[in-house]
Amino acid sequence: MVALALEDVSASFGKTRVLGPLSLTVRPGEQVALVGKSGAGKSTLLSLMHQQARVPVAYMPQALGLVETLSVFHNVYMGRLSQHPTWYNLLNLAWPQRKELETIEPILAWMQLSEKRRAAAGELSGGQRQRTAAARVIYQGADLLLADEPVSALDGPLAHVVMQALTRSYATAVLAMHDVELALQYTQRIVGIQHGRVVLDEPSHRLSAADLQSLYQG
Amino acid sequence: MFASRTVRTSLLFVFIALMALAFADIAITTLNPWQEMQRLLGGLLRPDFMAMDSLALALLRTVSFAFTGVAIGCVAGFLLALVFGSRLVRIFCAFIRSIHEIFWALIFLQFFGLHPLTGVLAIAIPFSGIFAKVYSEILEEADQTPARLLPSGTGVVSRFLYARIPDAFPHLRSYTAYRLECGLRSSAVLGFIGLPTLGYYLESSFSQGHYSEVGALLLVFYVLIATMRLWLRPRMLPLYLAAAPFFLGSGFPIVWGNITRFFTEDVVPAPLRRGEGWEATLGWLGDILTSQALPGIWNTLILTQMALVLTGILTLLAFPLVSKHFFGPRRRTAGHVLLVIARSTPEYLLAYILLQMWGPSMLPAVIALSLHNAGIIGHLIGRQSSEFPLRPDASRGLNRYSYEVLPKVYAPFLAFLFYRWEIIMRETAILGILGITTLGFYVKGAIEDIRFDQAMVLILITATLNIAVDWISRGVRAHLRLKTTPSRCEP
Repeated sequence: MVALALEDVSASFGKTRVLGPLSLTVRPGEQVALVGKSGAGKSTLLSLMHQQARVPVAYMPQALGLVETLSVFHNVYMGRLSQHPTWYNLLNLAWPQRKELETIEPILAWMQLSEKRRAAAGELSGGQRQRTAAARVIYQGADLLLADEPVSALDGPLAHVVMQALTRSYATAVLAMHDVELALQYTQRIVGIQHGRVVLDEPSHRLSAADLQSLYQG
Repeated sequence: MFASRTVRTSLLFVFIALMALAFADIAITTLNPWQEMQRLLGGLLRPDFMAMDSLALALLRTVSFAFTGVAIGCVAGFLLALVFGSRLVRIFCAFIRSIHEIFWALIFLQFFGLHPLTGVLAIAIPFSGIFAKVYSEILEEADQTPARLLPSGTGVVSRFLYARIPDAFPHLRSYTAYRLECGLRSSAVLGFIGLPTLGYYLESSFSQGHYSEVGALLLVFYVLIATMRLWLRPRMLPLYLAAAPFFLGSGFPIVWGNITRFFTEDVVPAPLRRGEGWEATLGWLGDILTSQALPGIWNTLILTQMALVLTGILTLLAFPLVSKHFFGPRRRTAGHVLLVIARSTPEYLLAYILLQMWGPSMLPAVIALSLHNAGIIGHLIGRQSSEFPLRPDASRGLNRYSYEVLPKVYAPFLAFLFYRWEIIMRETAILGILGITTLGFYVKGAIEDIRFDQAMVLILITATLNIAVDWISRGVRAHLRLKTTPSRCEP
């Protein structure tokens, strides 16, 4: 039983190969961090995973993909659009339903966004936007989470809150991280990417921040 | 400088316009053109608001026709935009928008008569073609990521409502508001061919020489358009839309027999109707082509090219008036007023007025088209030029214009200009109705002779010409690597 299996995949922009060929398998219950320099191919790998995942997947790309003109509440609600009939979605778009507001409220509180519930996503700060996208994937509740730099715009305590929330909500997850400390603290498996190849694949407890330094050189 | 593509293309167009000028008739034929102009200016300065009831009625009808027509066009256009991926739909939309509102009205007049439906459909049909195209472009440009992130299994409608519409909505709204302004102009102009809107009252005041009434009608129309932002409130919209159909006037009842006759007899080519066979029909068609279509096309083309280049020149002169790099806020306001007047005056109306003063030639048409279009593009370029900052020690005056500002706005300027090429041509053909020998002249002649079969052929030729120019313009813009859609909110 696997949640995700990539075999000999590769990706190119034009004629330049940016990723692979590489193989990677993620089992249910595994929380994996992809680490490596920017430009190493982490984002490309994640979007490939998104295309090839075999189970229902929640995806949080770096660009977040929020609908700027909709409220925080609606952006979060979009995580479960498929679970309601169309007429209900339409109704909830015009008049947010109490039942949905009540379901989503705890997640917003967790993300410290309760006061921004009615604000349009386009009016938020970078950090607030990132937490809105995190709230959406938490609410979505799929079998696998794919998140690209989910806490890059958050500082200190908030970064920990969001990492905790994501890893508690998703037993199976692949997170691209540039913060090595956070990666070691919140995931059990580290996959190092360099020049589009997997150069390291170890359980987190066997690694220290210093071991990962080499990934960021050369 | 002459090595750049944009400059070479611009010079080519200027050259073509100069050649056209050599062939064009631009004489002023009235004996006393300046006296007429003085009388009109006098009318504008001393408007007569005494005839308030007819003034109010003219406005009410103009607004009602615009609202009803644009609303129907908006809904139909939106539905068409959803299926715009289909080539058939795209061709259909290109076709219906290539026929001018006035031509549609002339067609409907033949079988609906002076019924409100004639005016409403004349606006609604071409507008739905335009709405379909622009709405689909706006929806396409909307951010696609949210839709990709939705959980699999999300229904098409939910996906569309949550992930597409909200992102595009501000653009859809501002474009629709802009179109309503166009609709008001179209509605006013439809009065010239007999519908009970502003143009009807203008023409009757003009022909009786009541210049003070003309002045009042024009001023009220400018105020109506300039204050749109104040009275066009989203909350009032349902009220306006619900009320508009009831204020269209009753017109004359539709004679249903006319409709059947129109489709089964009137538009059937005469030789076919008389049973003379296909060969005679071909001869008939060739006859129309050589005696009417070709001269009409020729005149339409040379007028269009002259108007296009003069529009460009006037725009380059006018945009500094509203650019913050050249004038302070007070003078800019004066510039804005000038440009608003230029763009609120429909080309047709302006051409009509100038024709009354200068007599029939291409001159009034060229001036009218250029003033109107330069008003629109000048406003956009002026606004765009105000958006980029200049360094504090930038040069001043003409140096600033030619070294700092013009190079930055020239590409968008050309994009807007070529975007309006097709629109200028559509209008040029229509101005023929006023007596300038473009295609509209021959259409009107054919209709007056009750030869609707000929009129339809000529209208179809005009439509084809518009589609061709639209196609060439897209090619030129691609060649110059100009963005294909210069702005989402102004065509």
